[in-house]
Amino acid sequence: MTPLDRKLARDLWRIKGQAIAIAMVIATGVTLLVMMAGVVNSLQETRRVYYERNRLGDVFAPVKRAPSHVIRKLAALPGVSAAEGRITGSALISLPSLDLPLRAIAISLPDTGAPRLNAIHLTDGRRMDPKDADEIILLNSFARAHDLKPGDTLSATMNGARRTLTIVGLAQSPEYLYSVAPGEMISDDSRFGVIWMSRTALAAAFDMQGAFNEAILSIGRSNNLQATLDRVDRILSPYGGLGAYGLKDLTSNRFVTEEIEGMRSSARVVPPLFLAVAAFLLNIVISRMVEAEREQIGLIKSFGYTNGEVGLHYFKFVLIIAIGGALLGCLGGIAMGRAMMPLYLTYYKFPMLVFRLDPASFATAILTSIAAASAGGLLVLRKVFALTPAVAMRPPAPPDYSTTGRFARRLITLLDQPSRMVLRRITRQPGRMLGSLTGIACGMALSVSMISMLAGFDHTIDLTYTVMDRSDVTVTFTHPIGETVVHELESIPGVIDTEPERSVAVVFRNGVESYRGAITGLVPQPRLKRALDEKSAPITLSRQGITLSRSLASMLAIEPGTILNIDVLEGERPSLRIPVSGVAESLLGSPAYMQIASLTRLLGEPGRISSVYLRIDKNRAGAIFKALKSRPYVAGVSMKSDARAAFQKMMDTGAGSMRYVMLIIAAIITFGIVYNAARIAFAERQRDLASLRVMGFTRSEVSFVLLGELAVITLAALPIGSILGYYFTMVIARGFSTDLYQIPILFIPESYGRAALAVLAAAIFSGWIVRRDIDRADLVSALKIRE
Amino acid sequence: MDREAHQMTNEADKPFAFRTRGLTKVYGEGNAAVHALRGVDLEIPSGEIVVLLGPSGSGKSTLLNIIGGLDRATDGDVHFQDLCLSDLPDDKLTLYRRNHVGFVFQFYNLMPSLTARENVELVTEIADHPLAPEDALALVGLAERADHFPAQLSGGEQQRVAIARAIAKQPTVLFCDEPTGALDSKTGKVVLKVLRDINEQLGATVLIVTHAASTAAMADRVIHFADGRIREVVENETKRDPDEIEW
Repeated sequence: MTPLDRKLARDLWRIKGQAIAIAMVIATGVTLLVMMAGVVNSLQETRRVYYERNRLGDVFAPVKRAPSHVIRKLAALPGVSAAEGRITGSALISLPSLDLPLRAIAISLPDTGAPRLNAIHLTDGRRMDPKDADEIILLNSFARAHDLKPGDTLSATMNGARRTLTIVGLAQSPEYLYSVAPGEMISDDSRFGVIWMSRTALAAAFDMQGAFNEAILSIGRSNNLQATLDRVDRILSPYGGLGAYGLKDLTSNRFVTEEIEGMRSSARVVPPLFLAVAAFLLNIVISRMVEAEREQIGLIKSFGYTNGEVGLHYFKFVLIIAIGGALLGCLGGIAMGRAMMPLYLTYYKFPMLVFRLDPASFATAILTSIAAASAGGLLVLRKVFALTPAVAMRPPAPPDYSTTGRFARRLITLLDQPSRMVLRRITRQPGRMLGSLTGIACGMALSVSMISMLAGFDHTIDLTYTVMDRSDVTVTFTHPIGETVVHELESIPGVIDTEPERSVAVVFRNGVESYRGAITGLVPQPRLKRALDEKSAPITLSRQGITLSRSLASMLAIEPGTILNIDVLEGERPSLRIPVSGVAESLLGSPAYMQIASLTRLLGEPGRISSVYLRIDKNRAGAIFKALKSRPYVAGVSMKSDARAAFQKMMDTGAGSMRYVMLIIAAIITFGIVYNAARIAFAERQRDLASLRVMGFTRSEVSFVLLGELAVITLAALPIGSILGYYFTMVIARGFSTDLYQIPILFIPESYGRAALAVLAAAIFSGWIVRRDIDRADLVSALKIRE
Repeated sequence: MDREAHQMTNEADKPFAFRTRGLTKVYGEGNAAVHALRGVDLEIPSGEIVVLLGPSGSGKSTLLNIIGGLDRATDGDVHFQDLCLSDLPDDKLTLYRRNHVGFVFQFYNLMPSLTARENVELVTEIADHPLAPEDALALVGLAERADHFPAQLSGGEQQRVAIARAIAKQPTVLFCDEPTGALDSKTGKVVLKVLRDINEQLGATVLIVTHAASTAAMADRVIHFADGRIREVVENETKRDPDEIEW
């Protein structure tokens, strides 16, 4: 070990408090980066492995009724490696404990053996006996939500017939990672079930003997999906094909993709921002630490060490702190990633976990830290190297305080001596002060943005479920029916208000952009379900055109006034060309709105509606649900409060949960910055302060000189941090927003107030620690310190 | 002054360690300009103990820094043996310091985070033919204290470590800026004795800057400085032992 290296080790040990504080700030930034990248990677990889292991299909082709032999034709299509025909049908499950019937889908499994595609993952119990038509396997998450076990029975209505089914097993399926009832946005384990039955039994229930109503195909990765979809559609069209679609449009997969993408985009935006703030701090701290070493640098150079050797020495110094912090952050990120993954597993219902780190994130983290640290250190070194050793070895000339401006001179006469020292130092070393100020402002901005983010999520929920949707209950029908049903529902005692809706599944196309979604037909002056503009005022829907949500319009890259091509996926499946008449604000999903009358007319089904919104007297909810349950055309009844709770849960356990981690990290970084600023100021002024004490200033007066400076900088940083915070919020909100939900950029004064309080608290605490050091300082030794 | 310098050249039969011509150093600019050296012509023979004497601010430290390669002159030439220091780029100047020069400073300038031995090693590490750090410390009588940190040493001991550090590379020239300035008379004498021993044992040229006139008694040659100029050069007929110096 060379003497310089020993000096390095001992110097690091001497400033260990500060070094740790800097390393921790770096570490937290890195932790977030590594954790988020790791979680995203792991989710992606877990999903891939799960899909592969259970042979999830690439193409899904619903059809009215196709004879079994058609599946061979599909299997023979070029590029298709496997094809499976199955029967699916909707079911309503009644549970004794519930007033509301629950929606479910019934899916056939081959009588013997595993399906070629879309295999299920049996978690409990056994496969059903094909000879017993009433045996079922139930979706695990649904069963758990209702405390159902193998051996239990449940009552279900399928194709109009009510029967009692026996649960023999529970299963998970890659097809239903995210189980969401048709027409709804949010997954809710308790409100949507999947039933697997033997093919024979399900064929009997839906009159599908010798036929199938859904084909699943797997194609090689390199094959052209669109070409295959077209071929499948051509083959199935004589049998009432409903439009084949790819895996990316499978509801469950789409939602999971959205969530992973959301997390990926916030992982791209947020951690770099945190890391940049940490890097900035590191830069300032290191540059000032090196500046403080100026005399030693001069001395080492006087011995005949070259600039390169001295530079390397300090580079190592910086590198150890930066890499130490980065490595600590990597370990922290791995640990936190590992801790978070099981939560995501439960949320996404993966049966296993593939934990895969993102090597790129390590590289980014370590390189950023090194670059930031060395930039700070080397810039100062260059300045020092420009000095001759003789000059470097002398303490720097005292900053010139003589040229204070006239205004300041006036002001200064009003102040006492310590206040003058504070003011002069701030005005005469603006570069240094600006560094600290910017650092603290960045910390404040991070806090502002994270607190705003929390409020943004709440606002999304509030706007969606209070302002847009003012109903209590949505009643969905098994098929579109005449609007007279509205009057029938109105007559149920306790129903206060009703409003019809027609929802239809479509594919929107604009040039190369396409999106599989739905059009919602609303009454001209909606009271219960409203489309809103950006000021949250209700939009009047035009009679002719279609109003797109902002997210949909941006996905389709279309503007009002343009004609949008729409392929309807139901009924007569017409292709429509409708002008876009406006853009609505929507924070949840990507809806499109039309006047219900225009929509049903274009569909060729005038007056047919698919659901009704109700406002009800909540005291009579039980009776109302009972009345609804008895009506055969009712496919489902959903309570807005349930949907809201499900959404809240989704944001708290899915990608959105990351915001809590970020808030904590923002708080740590904010504190780290303020603390470091205080520490450096103390280190730089230790000698001056000791001199003041020797001259007879009291401890409080001396503390005032230092802490006054900190206070002024902190207070000045607050407004700058607020402005910066607004922009940070903008960037982070974009990162968090997905196709599924958007997080608005809100200016909520409260967020700024809270962030300011957090910064002040950090400043007071840091000040208190430094003050303790001032009080403890040994006057004589402090004066002797020459570094 | 010119006459004296000229005289020196003619008189001396020894080779010169340093020769300066018209050396000028100005700090700052305009009204704030400070003329530290105002054209210094000087020749210093090898192997002598030379004391630069003068009040503070007379420019003697500046001269020391420039011929030691720590600072650059504003104008004029400095030669070390055949090497012209004024023309040297930074890296060559660094090599000059590394290979030929030892420094002793008034405030010792030890690295607080290194022990006595390690402070010496800092220099032996990069020197071509260094003494063993232990030997260098033994020369200044501090072999026992090798593993102490500066904070555990007295002022005199710290200065002797600084000297050990400076001589460990077996320098051609040893520059001492107020080496006894921060010491009491007894320790000061110990330090001066060490400097004399180095001169005798290693044959190094020793330049001592001081404002303590009594130190002059141990020199071969005394250069009096005032107001950025050489006022007088005196050769001592009889050098005195540091012990005999009146403090």
